[in-house]
Amino acid sequence: MTATEVENEIGRDRRRKEDQRLITGRTRWTDNIVLPGMLHLAMVRSPFAHANITSIDTSAAKAAPNVVTVLTGSDFGEELGVCINAWPITPDQVTPGHSPMPSDRVAFAGEIVAVVVARSAAEARDAAELVDVEYDELPAALDLKKAAADETIAHPDLGTNKSAYWVFDSAEAGTGGSADEAIAKARTDGIVIEREYRQQRLIPAFMEPRSVVVDPTGEQYVMYSATQIPHIVRFALAATTGVPESKIRVIAPDVGGGFGGKLQVTPEEWIAWAVGRRLGKPVKYTETRSESLLSGHHGRDQWQKLTLSAEKDGTVTGFKVELLADLGAYVAIVGGGVPVLGAFMFNAIYKFPAYHFAVQTVLTNKTWTDAYRGAGRPEATYAIERIMDELAVEVGVDPLEIREKNWIKHEEFPFTTVCGLEYDTGNYEAATAKAKEMFGYDALRAEQQQRRDSGDPVQLGIGISTFTEMCGLAPSRVLGTLDYGAGGWEHANVRMTPLGKVEVVTGASAHGQGHETAFSQIVADRLGVPFEDVEVLHGDTQVAPRGLDTYGSRSLVVGGEAVVRAADKVIEKAKPIAAHLLEASIDDIDFAAGRFSVRGTDQGLGIAEIATAVFAAHNLPDGVEPTLDSDAAYDPVNFSFPHGTHLCAMEVDTETGALTMRKYVCVDDIGTIINPLIVAGQVHGGLVQGIAQALWEEAVYDDSGTLVSGSFVDYLLPTAADTITFDIDHTTSPSTTNSLGTKGVGEAGTIASTPAVVNAVVDAVRHFGVNDIQMPCTPERVWRAIRTGGKGGATTEAAMPHFEAEGEGA
Amino acid sequence: MIPAAFDYVAPSSVEEALAALAQYGDEAKIIAGGQSLLPVLRMRLNAPEWIIDLRKIESLRGIRDDGDAIVIGAMTPHSVVGSDPLVQEHAALISKAVGHLADAQIRHRGTFGGALAHADPAGDLGAPVLCLGAEFVIAGSGGTRTVAADDFFIDLFETAIGDDEILTEVRIPKHTGWGAHYEKMVRVAHQWPIVSVAATVRMDGGTIAEARVGFANMGSTALRARGVEEAIAGQPASEDAVRTAAARAAEGTNPPSDLNGDAEYKNHVVGVLTRRALLAAAGS
Ligand SMILES: Cc1cc2nc3c(=O)[nH]c(=O)nc-3n(C[C@H](O)[C@H](O)[C@H](O)COP(=O)(O)OP(=O)(O)OC[C@H]3O[C@@H](n4cnc5c(N)ncnc54)[C@H](O)[C@@H]3O)c2cc1C
Repeated sequence: MTATEVENEIGRDRRRKEDQRLITGRTRWTDNIVLPGMLHLAMVRSPFAHANITSIDTSAAKAAPNVVTVLTGSDFGEELGVCINAWPITPDQVTPGHSPMPSDRVAFAGEIVAVVVARSAAEARDAAELVDVEYDELPAALDLKKAAADETIAHPDLGTNKSAYWVFDSAEAGTGGSADEAIAKARTDGIVIEREYRQQRLIPAFMEPRSVVVDPTGEQYVMYSATQIPHIVRFALAATTGVPESKIRVIAPDVGGGFGGKLQVTPEEWIAWAVGRRLGKPVKYTETRSESLLSGHHGRDQWQKLTLSAEKDGTVTGFKVELLADLGAYVAIVGGGVPVLGAFMFNAIYKFPAYHFAVQTVLTNKTWTDAYRGAGRPEATYAIERIMDELAVEVGVDPLEIREKNWIKHEEFPFTTVCGLEYDTGNYEAATAKAKEMFGYDALRAEQQQRRDSGDPVQLGIGISTFTEMCGLAPSRVLGTLDYGAGGWEHANVRMTPLGKVEVVTGASAHGQGHETAFSQIVADRLGVPFEDVEVLHGDTQVAPRGLDTYGSRSLVVGGEAVVRAADKVIEKAKPIAAHLLEASIDDIDFAAGRFSVRGTDQGLGIAEIATAVFAAHNLPDGVEPTLDSDAAYDPVNFSFPHGTHLCAMEVDTETGALTMRKYVCVDDIGTIINPLIVAGQVHGGLVQGIAQALWEEAVYDDSGTLVSGSFVDYLLPTAADTITFDIDHTTSPSTTNSLGTKGVGEAGTIASTPAVVNAVVDAVRHFGVNDIQMPCTPERVWRAIRTGGKGGATTEAAMPHFEAEGEGA
Repeated sequence: MIPAAFDYVAPSSVEEALAALAQYGDEAKIIAGGQSLLPVLRMRLNAPEWIIDLRKIESLRGIRDDGDAIVIGAMTPHSVVGSDPLVQEHAALISKAVGHLADAQIRHRGTFGGALAHADPAGDLGAPVLCLGAEFVIAGSGGTRTVAADDFFIDLFETAIGDDEILTEVRIPKHTGWGAHYEKMVRVAHQWPIVSVAATVRMDGGTIAEARVGFANMGSTALRARGVEEAIAGQPASEDAVRTAAARAAEGTNPPSDLNGDAEYKNHVVGVLTRRALLAAAGS
């Protein structure tokens, strides 16, 4: 094959090489791992949201068949470690100590108070029922607003529920004017829109429940965990349990989804670690689905108070955002940092001259919250894209027109926003024009009008979201200024095997995204080797010793760039060797399509041949090391800023409040696309997850702090049967912050779709006097909103009883 | 999600199954498709010591024509009931309801008898069998007895089947030529109904000569909407007449309030769905 015949791998819709093993399950999930002599753990969890533990009687459980021991918090000392918060967002943040297994007081329903160790998982579970814990119930802080007012204290010793108050003000930062002044002025001669939106509590609901195996029998202690962050887990184990890092190996085998929900250091991991060390035996713990919903961290849960000021023509002059964010019972690893990640995105694609953001993070007696797909940015995008619709209504123009009036024009890039971020590239006009055309915007608007005029019981709404987000977490220096506990670089290692195959090691540990395929494509192009000859290795701190893992749409933008740089170093190392073997001057050596050739001749050597020659090392230039292996660590200089225009048409049955999605179009600009098929998968999945926030999902607690939506009967996840065919397309303005021009797509769909859907629902029923419907927009809420013009009200906090034990029987 | 330990028997005849039930009494639970029982066991809401599996009893499976009725064996899976031509022809309401029941996997495991014996008021089969005046054949140590549909459902998860009895088959009087429609309101497809309305009508020209209307999830059992039936009988299948009759839908209901809607909402929705179901069943 000559160079010109080689088809570029980048841009090909390669089927994912990892899928066969993932889909058939013939792979190594943590729960599949069986080690010699392995014991099994079951957790005993508090049924109360807040209670003192007065006694724990483990004797019956200890006497149960094949139970090895039962341990409680008081059986451990400091070797149990703590669950850490890596991002204190203010120097005076109030952070409750977080023992993996407290011995005195529980702070949420689901917290672990004892662990049973038995020879089988079933025996451990049986014995867990025999542990007799006595509690003295305490008043629980459950409602976010009441908790913020310190009505009931979640951790009495702290004296307050207020954890941290974090502010960004563009006037103080010197990046813009004063939002307060802009609002005051608009109150006299312009438009002021004030709204309060609710970001309901969500559960990440990854497919594979969390699972951990600890093997303390070798020279190193090994932890296998269904985690997104093996490197961070290793770091945190060392930092909190007294085991040196060099003695810890953490392996994330194939991991079945995370969505941020496995970006955590969990009590379950820490307890398994401590028990394994204590007993000197391998132990395994796999959570049940109920435990997963109850105790894995939750997401979102904010109240958003928004004030937008504008001139009469709709030109925005200022935006003020005041958030209450529910941390749950503890400050999780990112914790209060989630709303801070959103702080820089409320201004979105717009040229606001003044901006003020403040968040109060609040402790409650509910499950802790942390990153969930989008982490901060969906909340921001929801707020701004909802309120821009409200502004359009106030001004009396089409919501696309109000956006266009305020957005950054194509020729204004690079553009420094009111938050001080530099958006490198983007073209909102192009994405919007394409989306409008695909959607048939004008025809749908006409149909909407016709349905309104005729009083059709089925009304039509059109929802818009012209979103942007910041991807590629993150420039380490920026993280430093925000007091985050780590950097944002990523590491790669590329090595040539003696027979010319390529091994790529990445620190971005995948859990279903398709890194193995996408990184193989990148390296195949770079080194000119067949796609099939590239193997991507990850997820084991012994294989990939350096890395910061996968979250925040960072793997390709940061991790992919590290791979590119390491691959380029391989070529640089190979070049002098090629020159030597070809007996040419290095200046005359060209590299293309996997071949080093002597310019102006037909002489050349393939990179595989060089690899073999380096392995033999019989004939290398003087002073050249016999290796092509290369490392690169890449620290991004900036975030990347994907954007897109999403349009949703929704039919509302005004008699019942039932919703039927009619059309969903999105045109995303995510820069260069490595694999269109993987991108489509990410967009589809992201859309469904964002739509699910708008319509279906909510973690509901009752007034005693019990999670009512504690199974998938009541926590409604959509399936393929609930979605429509999405029309997706792209515009491309390559990012200038990395050499591939990529921007990140892992969260885009989730971030963009939620406001598009709610805007569509509200748009359909606005003529009934409705300007908001609380998420999830249940038929009941929609129906009530139509009747009262309100937000639809609260739902009844009761589960459906389909699986209750029947009266009769044993 | 590991059930407590239990012992297991799979008898090969109804007699053997009854003997096992008699022997283990309160400590035993029958398993049919397991689609309701297994979640109960896995969530440890119940911990029977014995599980008596009916799957080997061939006589409990299948659908047959029995003159003026069709007979559905208790162990016949939903998927078979849903696609059966006899059911489609003579009890169309049941075919339509089964099409909405859970998802394909559950329809392949779950059984007609198991669902009715479980007596979830939100189940999709209760309202259709009430509407069609089904008869439940129940075997006990003293022989078999037949219970009319109206006497079968007693309360939430409670039926006329005694602790030592087994539901063997359900006789459905033929409703050949009756129009039928099942209107199920859900938020996601694989859900139990928020509210369902089953309607079947015998038409006489443009007139609804006779109607049967039933509800799911509108009380502690499936319900018949006798007020609506009465009001529409002999009326034209017109939007107006049906709307007037449907206004009586919430009479005597007592729907549960839950995450998907409170009682007020359900009482409203049941009226809307009744109107739609009747009109659809009448083919207008
Ligand atoms: C996720 C999910 C969604 C579902 N959604 C729906 C839905 O939308 N609509 C709906 O109607 N149903 C739904 N179901 C329930 C489904 O219909 C079940 O199949 C049905 O409720 C039970 O049937 P089974 O054969 O599995 O019975 P099992 O679970 O085996 O038994 C249920 C109960 O009936 C008793 N029993 C079973 N057979 C007999 C018998 N012959 N005589 C006496 N007692 C007996 C058992 O002892 C047990 O108490 C759903 C189930 C699941 C898991």
